[in-house]
Amino acid sequence: MRPIRVLVAKPGLDGHDRGAKVIARALRDAGMEVIYTGLRQTPEQIVAAAVQEDVDVVGLSILSGAHNYLFPRVAELMKEQGAGDVLIIGGGVIPDEDIPGLKEAGVSEIFTPGTTTTEMIEFIKGNLKRDI
Amino acid sequence: MYNEEEFSRLKRSRENWEETVLNKSLNKAPESKTEFKTGSGTTVNRLYTPEDTTDVDYETEIGYPGQYPFTRGYQPTMYRGKTWTMRMYAGFATAEESNERYKYLVSQGSTGLSVAFDLPTQIGYDSDHALAQGEVGKVGVAIDSLKDMEILFDGIPLDKVSTSMTINAPASVLLAMYIAVAEKQGVSADKLRGTIQNDILKEYIARGTYIFPTDPSMRLITNIFEYCSKEVPKWNTISISGYHIREAGSTAAQEVGFTLADGISYVEAAINAGLDVDTFAPRLSFFFNAHNDLLEEVAKYRAARRLWAKIMKNRFKAKNEKSMMLKFHTQTAGSTLTAQQPDNNIIRVAMQALAAVLGGTQSLHTNSRDEALALPTTDSVTIALRTQQILANETGVTNTVDPLAGSYYIEAKTKEIEEKAMEYINKIDELGGAARAIDLGYIQKEISDSAYKYQMEIESKDRIVVGVNKYQVEEEAPKGLLRVDPIVGEMQKKKIEDVKAVRNSEAVKEKLEALRTACKGTENVMPFILSAVKEYATLGEICGVMREVFGEYEQAVLL
Repeated sequence: MRPIRVLVAKPGLDGHDRGAKVIARALRDAGMEVIYTGLRQTPEQIVAAAVQEDVDVVGLSILSGAHNYLFPRVAELMKEQGAGDVLIIGGGVIPDEDIPGLKEAGVSEIFTPGTTTTEMIEFIKGNLKRDI
Repeated sequence: MYNEEEFSRLKRSRENWEETVLNKSLNKAPESKTEFKTGSGTTVNRLYTPEDTTDVDYETEIGYPGQYPFTRGYQPTMYRGKTWTMRMYAGFATAEESNERYKYLVSQGSTGLSVAFDLPTQIGYDSDHALAQGEVGKVGVAIDSLKDMEILFDGIPLDKVSTSMTINAPASVLLAMYIAVAEKQGVSADKLRGTIQNDILKEYIARGTYIFPTDPSMRLITNIFEYCSKEVPKWNTISISGYHIREAGSTAAQEVGFTLADGISYVEAAINAGLDVDTFAPRLSFFFNAHNDLLEEVAKYRAARRLWAKIMKNRFKAKNEKSMMLKFHTQTAGSTLTAQQPDNNIIRVAMQALAAVLGGTQSLHTNSRDEALALPTTDSVTIALRTQQILANETGVTNTVDPLAGSYYIEAKTKEIEEKAMEYINKIDELGGAARAIDLGYIQKEISDSAYKYQMEIESKDRIVVGVNKYQVEEEAPKGLLRVDPIVGEMQKKKIEDVKAVRNSEAVKEKLEALRTACKGTENVMPFILSAVKEYATLGEICGVMREVFGEYEQAVLL
């Protein structure tokens, strides 16, 4: 079995990347191959990176409240690019009531503050959409 | 200070206590942990005694408030003279809605305004820019042109309030808009009081709302220093911020070390631009975090004051004592707030605010209980403001200056943080200064290492967070959170169209071209920005011109 490949991405203009960096590192320590995009990525840039790097998972982090626009946009573009078999997960300051809509749009899980990196690692391992 | 004889007597009495009292107790009931640590992970001894402070000379290291090295505070009477400014950071959606929140806060006893801008504004994009989509009005108010700024401060007399604006890369533009609004109110620039954050280095390090590369950014900052020293003399031209460095995960000593290293870079840049240190240094201000470890935080503020005073006096040869005084704003630590059992956050904020007050802050923002979930509601903001009012009016901690001075623990920790911070500053000097250390990723790496360690401690329960990894309960999803209507984006677009339809577009073009020429040369750009703003050139247009001349910063992506 090859390592799971993950793209950790910061969509939008939000500059809070403490969470994204901690998670990227925890996934790497768990044996995954992790690419971090850095700040201020458009959905188009994120999807292009995901396709180019052939990742199994895209993790989106946003704390600015723009998730309802940016998360579905990434999911939509992923499908358009024929990468519908990539697991998309998201996290940040996201009100519970927004979660059902985001899941419907193609984000498999939303992790809110207080989630442990272990929970996230387990989720990824148990929910990949591709065989690796 | 003790002489040798007294010192050995102290040592003997301590050893005697250890043998006869302590060891007996430990034999019967050991301590709960083998090692005790501060929130930043530094060792805490069981007991602090005069032996721990023998090298802290009262007169030279602690001294008196209002006197070098200002360890005990920058004013001689501190809160006996005037309590701190209760300054609640606020702003969301449109200028109209934010204006309403400001008026409410002032009516409830808030004594200073603090403007939060949305991300497109902070990054110099108008609300109709493609990258602004989904972000307009979300984390602050959307400002596209002078028109929005006029609405934002409508009915608020700018000669009466002091206004802090959390704006960095486009600080020159927002300051120009503020000056222009004041002028329309009949208030001249020399009467304006307030602060712009204007601290680009910590944007590269931790906060992320940079636009231009380092050199033009430093030029803009020194242009502001120079312009304000002549035209807006009561304005604090920068708020050198450790807050976001701490939020990104640093320790207390890193917060002080990295922030003062940034401060050193600004002072050097201004001196290199030909300014005399004593003309601009009195208007420098700082911004620190108030984290959970109450006593460590108090020591941190005291250490920062003392170290900055020494740096200004010894390194930069400042003559004016005002250049050596570290004045600071404090905000409680947003990253410590939990989405679980959010009412517990009220208690956290109260403790953090107490630390800031015991540490001698000049102004304070207290976070609201619901900020791990959304922007705060009016009810939550009111509780946060009341927390400050209770501290000021009921607890009695304001009655005497620097009440924790002389505590063996506080003085020992103050010294320890000062020394550790100085080690970081020395390391950054070796690397070639803060800007270079940022380019190399040194500062970011130090912070993210600390952040990772912190998270792992929570997960292993070496660090307890009430409601998160201990004392959890089943909870229902919180109700009544503040939501920003997505229509705000459309409303702002319409406003831009309206402004563009009625302004003198020839004049706008002319002013923008004049700004372009100024940017390419070496003149101070502030007057050119002010002229463009007055013709209702938009923030995006002005920053667009500067982007074209200056280019954009490329972030070093490191893990």
